[in-house]
Amino acid sequence: MSLIVDVRQLHFTYEDGTAALNGVDFDLNHGGAVALLGANGSGKTTFVHHLNGILRGAGSVVIDGLPVTEKNLREIRKRVGLVFQDSDNQLFMPTVLEDVAFGPMACGAPAPEAADRARAALDRVGLLAKAGKAPWHLSAGEKKKASIAGILAMDAKLLVLDEPTTFLDPPARRSLAELLSGLPQAKILVTHDAAFAGRLTSDAAFFEAGRIVARGRVEEIRRQFNW
Amino acid sequence: MRHARVENWSRGDSPIHRRHAAAKILAALAILFSIASLQSGALTGYILYIALLLLAGRVARLPLVAMLRAAAAVLPFALCFALVTALAGDRELAVRLVIRSYISALTAVVLVATTPMPRLIAGLEWLRTPRFLTQVMQFLYRYLIVLMEEAGAMGRAAASRAGALRTIQFRQAAGAASVLFARSYARAEAIHRALLARGFEGQMPVFRTQRFTIADAGLATAAGAFAVVVRTLA
Repeated sequence: MSLIVDVRQLHFTYEDGTAALNGVDFDLNHGGAVALLGANGSGKTTFVHHLNGILRGAGSVVIDGLPVTEKNLREIRKRVGLVFQDSDNQLFMPTVLEDVAFGPMACGAPAPEAADRARAALDRVGLLAKAGKAPWHLSAGEKKKASIAGILAMDAKLLVLDEPTTFLDPPARRSLAELLSGLPQAKILVTHDAAFAGRLTSDAAFFEAGRIVARGRVEEIRRQFNW
Repeated sequence: MRHARVENWSRGDSPIHRRHAAAKILAALAILFSIASLQSGALTGYILYIALLLLAGRVARLPLVAMLRAAAAVLPFALCFALVTALAGDRELAVRLVIRSYISALTAVVLVATTPMPRLIAGLEWLRTPRFLTQVMQFLYRYLIVLMEEAGAMGRAAASRAGALRTIQFRQAAGAASVLFARSYARAEAIHRALLARGFEGQMPVFRTQRFTIADAGLATAAGAFAVVVRTLA
């Protein structure tokens, strides 16, 4: 099976001198799913921000056969959908429909087509009835689903979810797990919630000091690192 | 959230809400220029403008008291300048300054309360405002909301520990302001990253385009004619 993500020897240091990534090697097959576990500050979020070129470090990052370079950024961002930890940072348009349509329009789709894609994505996540609402009137779970709809509307091949269960109550977590397990795209879950990760994938990688120090089954990783 | 309230007003449906943003901007500009050029002692003119704006608020089904209160936000600044002017010996100008400022603010309130921000910006672009300026406005608006949200969160945090940001000492207030800036900066950066992640390349897409109709031209012309008449008579 071909790789959707292929990262080799990725290094990244923030401007303040913090070395966040120290030689990350990682790969993921099309349609696969993996949970990234590890302590706060271990480099998980920094790593996923490299997957669609928000951060650019030294090393090789290839998405679906395309190297993450300036020239390929537009195509890369169509293929990699990033759902941020705090949905309030992601939702900024006046209505849910316009927000979900933002991605396709930013990537060049005409407004009517973007609106159709946004409606289809909202229908997929069960939020079509809220299309005309302002994003800040949604519950935390609904905001997360609206954020996911935003990247589904872009036809992303890889969904990257950064702490998707933050602010969610148990029913909203279950609902999100059901939604995600029904999506065919490859998934990377950055999470502290190993139980949630275990519902979506059996594959996990453990980050420590800017490196992946272990990769294996979620249960094995949990046992090995007492997570 | 105060910004949510004004946003809600702007998403209403009324004959004024339905007008093209460019028409409303032109109407507002006509009123503002006319107010600025009214002669001293033109009390009738000021009353006519307040009546017109209240009528517009009524037609747009806006809560009039809240609308008048929102416009009062300009008064602290206007009163400062008025005080300096009065102390310099020109009391009549001081009074005029306060009245003009208030009516101008009321005009702006009616404009933003009947036009959602994306349409307002699209209207400015329709009027050939440089794209760079409209982009700055859009980001400024979004980041002002961030600033308000962060300030609100800090205020609640202080209140929960039996404090109040407005009553604390200057040194603490300065510290709080620097924290507010740092928090807002971090959030603004997160928002920018979220924009980039969805393909943003420096231009905000406009979701709906609106046609400038005869009714829109009528509104702008009527406002201009009203301004000329008031300016001539008052």
